Amino acid sequence: MIPALITAGLRRGARSLQLGFIATQARQASTLLYVEHNGEGAVAPATLSAAAAANQHLPGQLEALVCGSGDTVKRAAEAAARLPGVSKVWLASDASLAHPLAETHAHLLSSLATKQKPSHVLAASTAQGRNVLPRAAALLATQPVTDVVKIVDDNTFVRPIYAGNAFATVQYRPPPAIRVVTVRPTAFPLDQTAAAAAAGSSAASPAAPVEPVPPELLAPLAGLPAAKWESADVRSTGRPELGSAKVVVCGGRALKSAENFAMLEQLADLLGGAVGASRAAVDAGYVANDLQVGQTGKVVAPDLYIGVGISGAIQHLAGMKDSRTIVAINNDGEAPIFSVADYGLEADLFKAVPELIEAVKKAKQQ
Amino acid sequence: MKVLVAIKRVIDYAVPVRVRPDKAGVEALLPKLSMNPFCEIALEEAVRLKERGVAAEVVAVSVGPPHFQDTLRTALAMGADRAVHVPLTAEVVALQAAAAAGGGEGGAGAGGAAAAASSESPLQPLGVARVLAALAGREGAGLVLLGKQAIDDDCNQTGQMLAGLLGWPQATFASKLELELGGKGSGGGAAAAAAAARVTREVDGGLEVLSLPLPAVVTADLRLNTPRFVTLPAMMRAKKRPIESAPLESLGLSPADVAPALALLRVEEPPARAAGTRVGGVEELVRRLREEARVL
Repeated sequence: MIPALITAGLRRGARSLQLGFIATQARQASTLLYVEHNGEGAVAPATLSAAAAANQHLPGQLEALVCGSGDTVKRAAEAAARLPGVSKVWLASDASLAHPLAETHAHLLSSLATKQKPSHVLAASTAQGRNVLPRAAALLATQPVTDVVKIVDDNTFVRPIYAGNAFATVQYRPPPAIRVVTVRPTAFPLDQTAAAAAAGSSAASPAAPVEPVPPELLAPLAGLPAAKWESADVRSTGRPELGSAKVVVCGGRALKSAENFAMLEQLADLLGGAVGASRAAVDAGYVANDLQVGQTGKVVAPDLYIGVGISGAIQHLAGMKDSRTIVAINNDGEAPIFSVADYGLEADLFKAVPELIEAVKKAKQQ
Repeated sequence: MKVLVAIKRVIDYAVPVRVRPDKAGVEALLPKLSMNPFCEIALEEAVRLKERGVAAEVVAVSVGPPHFQDTLRTALAMGADRAVHVPLTAEVVALQAAAAAGGGEGGAGAGGAAAAASSESPLQPLGVARVLAALAGREGAGLVLLGKQAIDDDCNQTGQMLAGLLGWPQATFASKLELELGGKGSGGGAAAAAAAARVTREVDGGLEVLSLPLPAVVTADLRLNTPRFVTLPAMMRAKKRPIESAPLESLGLSPADVAPALALLRVEEPPARAAGTRVGGVEELVRRLREEARVL
C-alpha cells in the first residue's frame, strides 16, 4: 500500500507534493476542467467558480482544457494557466473548435479524458457547459450529474430538482472510471486570487505550463458530422453579467412596456448591477430572452436582488431565492414573492422606483 | 422525413410539490400529471413541420412506467401519427430499486423503493438516451426533437446524450427551427426531403444560429412555439388508436443498459429563509438596506 502511494505521489510530480496533496485520496484522483472563454481571450467567470469548486472539494491535480482557435485561444489558455490550483493547461487550437460546437468540443473533451483518465470531468453549468458536457458524458458512457450545488465527496453530489423546491443527494454506484459533473456557478464563490487571475493580472498565482493537446486527438475532429456555426447576436450592455452580478434588478409583467424597463436599467446602473426579468416580461417582449431569471433561464444569487412588479411564481423563485438579500416591490400584498423577501414594499412601482432611484442617489452622496 | 419526438410525463408544472416525510422523494399536493412542458413544445414543432409538408410522419415515443401511455395519447391528440411506448417491466424496476438500495451507507434503502413505487420514472437520462438511440435507428428518423429539460429532474441532458450516442449533430435550447429543402422526395405524396436544419439557439448573452446536416437532434426551448390545445373530439379519437409497445429486448437492449448509475440517497427541503419584514416606504427601505443588510 505504502509503495503504491509513494509511486502515485511521484507520478503526480514534485509540484503536487509541494502543494501538500494528501495521498490517501483515490490514487488517480484528478480533475479535468472544461474552460469557457469569451471572444477576447478571458476565462468566463462561471469557469472560475467551477475551478474553485474543484480546488475546495475534489482531490488531486486540476488540469484545464481550453478549446478554440487562433490568438484568442492562446490568450485564454494563458489566463487559465494563472487560475489558482490549475497545474496544467491543455491547449486545443483547431479551426473546428473556433466556435463552441458541442460535436467537436465534446469529442475532444472525451478523447482527452479517455487518454488522461481523470477521476472527474468538470464544467460550469452555463448554456455552453450544459450543451457540451452531457454529450461528452455519453461518449464516455457515463451518466453525468448537472447543476451541482454541493460536492459531498468524490461520488456524492447535491443538486436541485423540481425547480429548486427540493435538493437531491445522489451518489455514483458503483463509481465509474470518470465522473462527469457540472456545477452551478453561484453555489461556489470565488476567492480574490481567482478574481485577479480572471482579470488577467500577472500578480495572480504563477502560471502553470501550457501544453498543446496531442495532434492525434485533433485529427478526427475534421471528419465529424457537426453543426456549422452561422452567426450570433450577442448583446453588449456594459452592465455586469447577470449570472455573476452583485446586484440584480428584476422586472415583471407589471412594468407594462419595454420603455418602462429603462427605469430598472437606471436603478441597476446606479447600484452597479445587472437587469433581469421574469418569464412574463420576456414573453411580453419587454426584454431579450437571455435576461430571464428562473428555472429555465439564469440562476442568480447576488448580494442584493430587487424584484419589481414580479409576483414570484415558483419557476422564477427557482432562479433567485438563494440571493443574500431580497427586496420585493409589488402593489399586490398577497404576491408570493413577499414570502421570500427580506424587505417587502407594498407600493405602486411607478411611484416607488423613481423614489428609490432618488433615495439611492442621495444615499450614495452621503 | 420521419420526425421522432420524445415525451416524458411529469407532475404538472402548476402543482406544488413538497418533500416526503421519509425524505425518499417528493409528493405532489394534487394528483395531476401532464406532459412535460418542453416535450409539448417539441411535439408542437414536429406537428407544424408535418403541416408545412416537410415532415412525412411524426412518431411520439416515451420510455417509462405504464401510465406514461396516457401522455402518449395526448401526443396522438395533438397530431402525432403514431405512438411507441417502451415499457419498464417489473424486472427492470426491481433492478433499479436494487441498484439504488445496494451497497451504501445508511438511509439509502428508501430511495430505490420510492422511485419504484412513485409516479416518477426511475430512469436516468443515459438510459433514456440509449432507448431513444435504438428507436431512432429502428425508425430511420431524420430528426429527433426533445424538450430541453424535464421539469422534475431538471437534468437537461437527454438530447445531448442521444446526439452523442448517435454521432449526430445537436442544437440545444432552440427558439427557431427551419428546415432547408434539398429537393423533392420521390413517390406520390411524399414530403420534400430536407437537407439541413437551421436552428436559432438561446445562449448566455443572446442568440446563435447553427446549420445542422441531417439527421440531427434538436431540443426545444420555451420560445420555440406555443403548443396548441387538445380538443375533446381529438382526445376521443386518440383513445381509440393503438399505442405500440416496444419492449427493451425488441430494441436489442437489456435492463442493465437502462439501470441507473446514480443512487438517490435522500431528498431534502431547501433551506428556509428567515421571515422578512414589510417596510413602510422607500426611505425606510433604503435606510434598512444600508444599516441592517449593508448592501447599499
